[in-house]
Amino acid sequence: MDLNFLAFGVYPYVALAVLAIGSVIRFDREQYTWRTGSSQLLRRRQLVTGSVLFHLGILAIFAGHFVGLLTPVAVWDALGVSHGFKQMLAIVAGGIAGACCLIGGLLLLHRRLFDPRIRATSSFGDTTILILLMVQLCLGLATIPLSLGHRDGEEMIKFMNWAQGIFTFNPLASTYISDVHWIFKAHLTLGLTILLVFPFTRLVHMLSAPIWYLNRRGWQLVRTRRTMPIDRHKVGIRR
Amino acid sequence: MKVRAQIGMVLNLDKCIGCHTCSVTCKHVWTNREGVEYAWFNNVETKPGVGYPKDWENQKRWNGGWRRKKNGQIEPRMGAKWRILAKIFANPDLPEIDDYYEPFNFDYAHLQTAPEMKHFPTARPRSAITGERMEKIEWGPNWEEILGGEFAKRSQDYNFEGVQKEIYGAFENTFMMYLPRLCEHCLNPTCVAACPSGAIYKREEDGIVLIDQDKCRGWRMCVSACPYKKIYYNWESGKSEKCVFCYPRIEAGLPTVCSETCVGRIRYLGVLLYDADRIEPAAATPDEGDLYQAQLDVFLDPNDPEVIAQARADGIPEAWIEGARRSPIWKMAMEWKVAFPLHPEYRTLPMVWYVPPLSPIQNAAAAGALEMDGEMPDVRSLRIPVKYLANLLTAGVEEPVVQALERMMAMRAYMRARSVDGRIDHNIAERVGLTASQIDEMYHIMAIANFEDRFVIPTTHREWAEDAYELRSDCGFTFGNGCSGGRTEIGLFGMDKRSRAKPVAKVS
Repeated sequence: MDLNFLAFGVYPYVALAVLAIGSVIRFDREQYTWRTGSSQLLRRRQLVTGSVLFHLGILAIFAGHFVGLLTPVAVWDALGVSHGFKQMLAIVAGGIAGACCLIGGLLLLHRRLFDPRIRATSSFGDTTILILLMVQLCLGLATIPLSLGHRDGEEMIKFMNWAQGIFTFNPLASTYISDVHWIFKAHLTLGLTILLVFPFTRLVHMLSAPIWYLNRRGWQLVRTRRTMPIDRHKVGIRR
Repeated sequence: MKVRAQIGMVLNLDKCIGCHTCSVTCKHVWTNREGVEYAWFNNVETKPGVGYPKDWENQKRWNGGWRRKKNGQIEPRMGAKWRILAKIFANPDLPEIDDYYEPFNFDYAHLQTAPEMKHFPTARPRSAITGERMEKIEWGPNWEEILGGEFAKRSQDYNFEGVQKEIYGAFENTFMMYLPRLCEHCLNPTCVAACPSGAIYKREEDGIVLIDQDKCRGWRMCVSACPYKKIYYNWESGKSEKCVFCYPRIEAGLPTVCSETCVGRIRYLGVLLYDADRIEPAAATPDEGDLYQAQLDVFLDPNDPEVIAQARADGIPEAWIEGARRSPIWKMAMEWKVAFPLHPEYRTLPMVWYVPPLSPIQNAAAAGALEMDGEMPDVRSLRIPVKYLANLLTAGVEEPVVQALERMMAMRAYMRARSVDGRIDHNIAERVGLTASQIDEMYHIMAIANFEDRFVIPTTHREWAEDAYELRSDCGFTFGNGCSGGRTEIGLFGMDKRSRAKPVAKVS
């Protein structure tokens, strides 16, 4: 077994398994720890700009990776999107979102490391995950010059094949990317590592992004422990 | 009509001496933990003052409470649901901890361990957030106690709206009162409405508003949405917390800690029946000045046979209907109309009510020009401006406050006539729209204020609802998973952030 297979053929399954099982266990057993971990109360300065830029950027990047990597090539072809166009789209859109995310993230990281209040109240995980994300972002941005050398998009197709190969349990998945530049490989490895540590960090809050709030009927919520006698009438049960 | 019951509270500000026993006992029970050092589920403010957190009543700044839209419906001042969600990455309406105060401890150990020195050793403050020395404390939980600070700052008080406030800066004209504050357990809570996770809810049985600590994700919209600023973000756990109305005690028929320990016996607890279907129309009343009356119209008369029948049909236990009939809250808020909601203009329909305080007659009046209205001094010559109280309690409408103050003065005049002159003066009672027997009862409830008259709390009979055997060796009130707060020694899902906690300084 070569290192490439271990890193891109086995490690993805380890990371994804820990991500899924870890998140389920944490949600089920220790939901009290499931939170955003916002520090806005303690220091507003730098957070408003930093957090908005960071989150918008990273959401765009996440969506781009998700759609870009996991949509089958055949679908793009059917849509008439050429590989070259998709590559340029990824570079431009990813570059802009990446820049937003980088500026925001650096503001947040600076605040976390140098603001006395935030530093004192940060856990090891809070600081580490932010550093990991920033390193990952820099690696991702560093791939842009490389991608500009492959404007036909063929390099990108390799990653799509790999990612889709992982989800379709293709044992040859790792071979698709055995010859890509080391920066890509570092980016992939760190990305998988972030998935691995995901359930143990504050990142879990993205799984409970409250979009369904938009769907809530009315405004108020009432809970009851009482079984109302009136309900019995409704279902036709009589004492 | 959909009948629901709620335990409401009345605070008789006329008897509050501002001793802070409520705040301190509450803190000892509920917020003596890391992350909520700055949080006071109950606090006592000296009014006039900007309060805690600073300027909390200014909803133009914090966007708390509701607003009525042009189409006649209400929505949180923070905006529609998509607007609230748009604030999720950074909430522009969130106070910073300095708006409350930076919590601190003192190096008390230094007093004992200091070596022999030329000067007395002192216990200097240290931040409870960073653990670092604080050179100067610039704000605290009760910084404006008894008119502390200069009038210029104090007069930023929102309730001076429409009052010629300049004259109250003069020493001769100054006035003050205490305002103990806690969660209002509103009928139309904005915190519930603004919580994107749906973690905050109102309990159908007793109306207590609680935050599900497991479901809360710390999006912190509730902190802004609550116009009373009575939801606190715990920076350690990352969850919002609020006054729980001591629900474990209420369920057992006991008063809340703040009520039980109140040395002035100013607090009352009792059941109010209300019509859940009337809440929304009441909250959407067009004119703010009508909101107080609109809220009164939401409550249902527990002596009305129709109400009783519907209450039974809606599952209200018999003990609660009986409790509603004996409720001191009903008597003060609805029968005598001496208690008022705090800031009804927020449209939250709050359920902690206040009896406005009487105050001494102004100097000028006492010097001879006392304006008498019959046998009693005119309440408008009291030291606390009626407009100020009205801004606090009735969205600026003075008549109900005037009537309440007159009734309280009438109670004094009536009792004086009865016990000093030995005569029952029906005139006094009638002039304020009451009967002699009503005044007798007012005196009994408001002045004598026996324990059993102040607290009429039916139990929820949880012993019938759940198997106590299952609850044996339980941890009681805890956070997280059973006895675990989610922070294990391995710390898989997060450990204590305790490295910062160094309240005791090392003395070299």
